[in-house]
Amino acid sequence: MFQIYLPIAEMSVDIFLLLGMGGAVGFLSGLFGVGGGFLMTPLLIFIGVPPPVAVGSEVNQVVAASVSGFMAHWRRRQVDFKMGVVLLSGGTLGSAFGVWLFEILRELGQINLVISISYVFMLGSIGTLMMMESVRTILRRRSGTTARRKAHVHNWAHGLPFKMRFRTSRLYISAILPVGLGFFVGVLASLMGVGGGFLLVPAMIYLLGMPVSVVIGTSLFQITFVTAVATILHSANTQTVDVVLAGLLTLGAVIGAQFGTRVGAELRGEELRGLLALVVLGVCATLLWRLITEPSNLFSLSVVGLN
Amino acid sequence: MIRAHLACMAIALAVLSLGMRPATAQDLIADISNHLISITSDFKGTELLVFGAIEGGGDVVVVVSVQQRDNVIVRKKDRVFGIWVNAESAEFSNVTAFYAVAATSPLEELAAPEQLRLYEIGLDALRVEAEPDVDEAAKLEFLDALIELKQANGLYPVAPLHIDLVGERLFRVKIPFPADVPVGSYLVQSFLIRDGQVVGAQTSPLVVSKGGFGADLYEFANEDGALYGILAVLGAVMAGLLGNLMFRRP
Repeated sequence: MFQIYLPIAEMSVDIFLLLGMGGAVGFLSGLFGVGGGFLMTPLLIFIGVPPPVAVGSEVNQVVAASVSGFMAHWRRRQVDFKMGVVLLSGGTLGSAFGVWLFEILRELGQINLVISISYVFMLGSIGTLMMMESVRTILRRRSGTTARRKAHVHNWAHGLPFKMRFRTSRLYISAILPVGLGFFVGVLASLMGVGGGFLLVPAMIYLLGMPVSVVIGTSLFQITFVTAVATILHSANTQTVDVVLAGLLTLGAVIGAQFGTRVGAELRGEELRGLLALVVLGVCATLLWRLITEPSNLFSLSVVGLN
Repeated sequence: MIRAHLACMAIALAVLSLGMRPATAQDLIADISNHLISITSDFKGTELLVFGAIEGGGDVVVVVSVQQRDNVIVRKKDRVFGIWVNAESAEFSNVTAFYAVAATSPLEELAAPEQLRLYEIGLDALRVEAEPDVDEAAKLEFLDALIELKQANGLYPVAPLHIDLVGERLFRVKIPFPADVPVGSYLVQSFLIRDGQVVGAQTSPLVVSKGGFGADLYEFANEDGALYGILAVLGAVMAGLLGNLMFRRP
């Protein structure tokens, strides 16, 4: 109906389809407190956006999606800036490495494949974990028992060198851990267009042993800056950031997230979480199906030195 | 730059026409409806009208084409561990990015293959070259695939473009351009063919370029990517903060 031309994706898309997708994913992220990048990139690929442009534009949108959350946590002093900066040092390196890998894979003609396979693995594992968690919680609630978790666990990670003190998190741990974690999430941001909160948050709690109160704010700090770095590096090196696409998705997502937050405050989480797990597994299965069915045309064209 | 390029082409064609059989300049006159196609944000493809007149009988062929500046890689998917993966590939240079041909009669009835090849009339006459590392068998397979893909995308229109001659003198034909027509400096060539020989030719330049806001953004993103990225981040930060302000609960 109302087609809009996306100048970097070089295709025309219905403007309300994009707003609707932004709204739906924004609703889910408001409902569950997740970023939504891991759902948006595959959806963009499904509607025909070239996978590299889907990644580059989505990483730009995640900046918009995470910055206000970061500011809110900052105001409430729930950000461990020292930890954030250490994570970010690894994140910046990881993001640069990811863009470099992205360029090589594109020259080899394998970038679409790697993006799809990474998503199949990531969505498959998150979906399964979420489903297990939600089923377990529902069963536990019915049987009426509550499990208790130890507040602080000492593990192998505490034996590593280069120890640093993080006052806000009340931690004295090796810097290798947050730098390595930041690096890995940075690679994911550049290669898959996700903020990586789904991985950062549990890793910060269970691997680094950070107090839950500062985990969300600190992860949003890292996500905001790493996706900003990834956006600039992608713009400079791969020209895959479509600001028209990112802007429309953001517009939809901002509105959708407001409704999501309101609904989320009134509803019980476990059944909904199970539902989100089903959506994630469904997207994963669709991506896998596209990889294993024989394409209608085995051949494809690409111009040397162009996206 | 484009004009200079076109001027060279025109001179080259004029030199070519010197070697043709005698036919006065007035035997073939052709023009096009539009010398500039601008791809704006609502572009859904268009048609170009090529029209003209001939004197003294004969057949007319119209060719609209543009060369691809960069090489083109054709990739073929193969099944690896159950997944379809880009495997073999072949690189070609001197690829014609868009090629449409229209004629009053089927090409093979008009002239011998050598004559058609000389003037690059018909898909068989295209002078695509494979890079040295491509072997002969692969070249044929991948070149066929390239042409099929171009045809499927409407870049080598397959529907027979027939030129009607009105009263043996006036001709007109509409050349279709798809929504994703490549940008560049096109040549619209009209040929007059008599007894299997090209006896007259006329060339009109046609520029296809992106226009409007989308074109500016595309150019900005490709020429100053880092600045584009910084502005993209600033825009996202503003949008995020603004959205938060607008919906903040009292």
